Amino acid sequence: MAKRAQPVTPVQMTGWIMILLVVLAIFGPLGAVLYRAEGFSDLRPADWAAVRFTLLQAALSAALSCLVAIPVARALARRRFRGRGAYISLMGAPFILPVIVAVMGLLAIFGRAGWLNTALEGIGAGQIEIYGLAGVVLAHVFLNLPLATRLILQAWLAVPSERIRLAHSLNFTARDMRRHFVWPLLRAALPGAAMVIFLICTTSFAVALILGGGPSATTIELAIYQAFRFDFDLGRAALLGVIQVAICVGAGLVAWRFATAAEFGGGLDRPAMAWPGDSKGARFADRAALILAGAFLLLPLAAVTGEGIGAVAGLPLSTWEAALRSILLALASTALAVSLALPIALLIAGKSGRAGLEAVGLLSIAVSPLVIGTGLFLIVFPVVNPVALSLPITGLVNALVALPFLLRALVPAARQAEATQGRLADALGMQGFARSRHAILPRLRRPLGFGAGLAAAFSMGDLGVIALFSAQGQETLPLEMYRLFGSYRTNDAQGAAVLLMALSLGMFWLFDRGGRVNAAT
Amino acid sequence: MSLTNTTIIAAGLTLLGGAAIAQTPVLTVYTYDSFASDWGPGPAVELAFEEICACDLQFTATGDGAALLSRLRLEGARSEADVVLGLDTNLTTAAVEAGLMAEHGLTAEGLTLPVDWNDPHFLPFDWGYFAFVHRADMEDVPGNFEELAASDASIVIQDPRSSTPGLGLLLWVQNAYGDEAATVWEGLADNVVTVTPGWSEAYGLFLDGEADMVLSYTTSPAYHLIAEEDDSYATASFSEGHYMQIEVGGVLHTADNPELAQQFLDFMVSPAFQAIIPETNWMYPAALSADELPAGFDTLTQPEEALIYPAEEAAAIRDAALDTWQNALSQ
Repeated sequence: MAKRAQPVTPVQMTGWIMILLVVLAIFGPLGAVLYRAEGFSDLRPADWAAVRFTLLQAALSAALSCLVAIPVARALARRRFRGRGAYISLMGAPFILPVIVAVMGLLAIFGRAGWLNTALEGIGAGQIEIYGLAGVVLAHVFLNLPLATRLILQAWLAVPSERIRLAHSLNFTARDMRRHFVWPLLRAALPGAAMVIFLICTTSFAVALILGGGPSATTIELAIYQAFRFDFDLGRAALLGVIQVAICVGAGLVAWRFATAAEFGGGLDRPAMAWPGDSKGARFADRAALILAGAFLLLPLAAVTGEGIGAVAGLPLSTWEAALRSILLALASTALAVSLALPIALLIAGKSGRAGLEAVGLLSIAVSPLVIGTGLFLIVFPVVNPVALSLPITGLVNALVALPFLLRALVPAARQAEATQGRLADALGMQGFARSRHAILPRLRRPLGFGAGLAAAFSMGDLGVIALFSAQGQETLPLEMYRLFGSYRTNDAQGAAVLLMALSLGMFWLFDRGGRVNAAT
Repeated sequence: MSLTNTTIIAAGLTLLGGAAIAQTPVLTVYTYDSFASDWGPGPAVELAFEEICACDLQFTATGDGAALLSRLRLEGARSEADVVLGLDTNLTTAAVEAGLMAEHGLTAEGLTLPVDWNDPHFLPFDWGYFAFVHRADMEDVPGNFEELAASDASIVIQDPRSSTPGLGLLLWVQNAYGDEAATVWEGLADNVVTVTPGWSEAYGLFLDGEADMVLSYTTSPAYHLIAEEDDSYATASFSEGHYMQIEVGGVLHTADNPELAQQFLDFMVSPAFQAIIPETNWMYPAALSADELPAGFDTLTQPEEALIYPAEEAAAIRDAALDTWQNALSQ
């Protein structure tokens, strides 16, 4: 295609503005902390140990999550069964659970007094031990397998059915399919998915500590916590925050180096169909993957539900108020996340060579919420009472946290829409918003619904910065749940956890469903 | 004429005075989350104090005690806080050194702490003994740290880098064993199932059966006994003595109305406030005699010796004790 100077369209302009806003929202707070600290402080040897442990557990967690997700995503792409939609929605739940709830669920199954150990004891076998690095990785796979599966599944479903039809008529074997379809789509989807999960795991704190079993399982986030809370060493907190960003940039570069766009050409958006090369073995493998993953993800959720469902009806009024506040916050935060993500995705997909821009969206995931929260506090404090802004700030941070997931879902779809529909739109002289509206956006509906659902659910479950700014009468549901736990009200807290899980799942389901209306999947 | 004028002026002054009274002064108290929550002492304290102060008492809650101190340090001289409520003695030195605290100028009478109190910046409002909570039917309950280390009892503790009870346990072992603390920790390493970021997670794990014992307070069984009518929890009595946590309040330099803040501090050690503490914060009140405690508190473990470091000493030995702990448990 001829390269020539083109005027910046309004769509691109909006994209650039949004990128600028995101950069400001990330580096502004970091800068504020640094400014207040009057420079960096030295790191301690223990901080380097924390960096090493963080990298190790995040890399293992990302690799394993993706590996396990491949057969599950493949099974979901190839099979049609009753309850498939519900299965996909339900298995997304762990990702959006507050950490303490997820950990409790996992322990109900894998813990010392859990079902598995009780069963093992029953047959006279030894105990399995969940605490330690293995436990951390297990929990991170539990939390992130749903995301990995959905991101890989998106790639699988992006293969036009016309191509599959062609493969059928060419009598492709399973091996041909692997070579021509599976491998290219995995190469396109895996690095991005692995990177996002790696980044999520780098900011892990409570999971790593609880299941890590002790001081050797220290993550950077805990080091930041200590620097900030106990030593009030803002310089060290900021430096550790910068190291997290550096890790993010590094991971981004690695993923970018290995990712290549999958080129399947255009299609007419027909419903997906069965793949060639189906066999008894393939059917068995798919069924096994679905059952095992389902059990792994759903049993802990069932345990949490079983423990708390009885307490839901008797929850105090303040918990219901907190639930309503969380719903409104999630909606606002989703709206903000979508308004940020959509223009950026269109900008990135609009022309080649802008893959680097995606890193901007990813940055927000790797910055410590504690550092962002503290920085925002420092910025707004001279102007207004931060307590008055606690909900808006929480909404903003939640939107930033959701941004990478939206971009991960939107960018490949937008890029493909550009590749398949862009030339036609160019030929028709469609530019600007009309072009986006008619040629690109209709093809983004599915990932947009998915991403918005994630953003909403994520915001519902997030404890994050609200704990830093909270005031009386502004509690969100997760904060309320923590307070119930902290006041010995374990039963009510378990009830609140079930309510939270139901609301998060409900939000996700509504948005995700909305994005899939009319689609045959 | 002059009479009329005086009347008018007097009437005007009365109106002005009325306007001034109508503008109720606000007392802002920074505290930790569970104090201000609906189930904590906050709501009852607010009611009781507003009855006597002609003011509007407002709580601002910020995570736990350590987060409270960070928040005050972040805000510095521009803070709206008048009173800080809920630091413990391990944090007070840092608060004073940061120049946040004003002297309270009060002599607290009738304190019922097991130790003497003469801190010019802070008054205590409640206290508790750290202890390992276990199920009442546990066999061979260890009677000190050495027995615990030798036993195969499993424990859940909190991380001293992110929680105040975790820091308390660190100082407990340090206080009881001094130079041999490292050996004790090495012995305990195989008893520690895991280390949690805060109290809630640890207590939840214990309730779910992940460990035989959890680091909490001697008063924890009182909650189960009184609020849940469940007498199946107890605490182990350790022969070394039990380390104390004393929670304190103080007036900040930033207080807009120091007299009102001082009045609150006075109120804090009065019976009206103190009586609220046992069944909302589940700690011992700092100025209430034992016979005024609710029924059920008499069943709790009574340590033979109360261990505590003076505030400055606790601040001074923290980093070394933390290194010892980290080294012993990382192996």
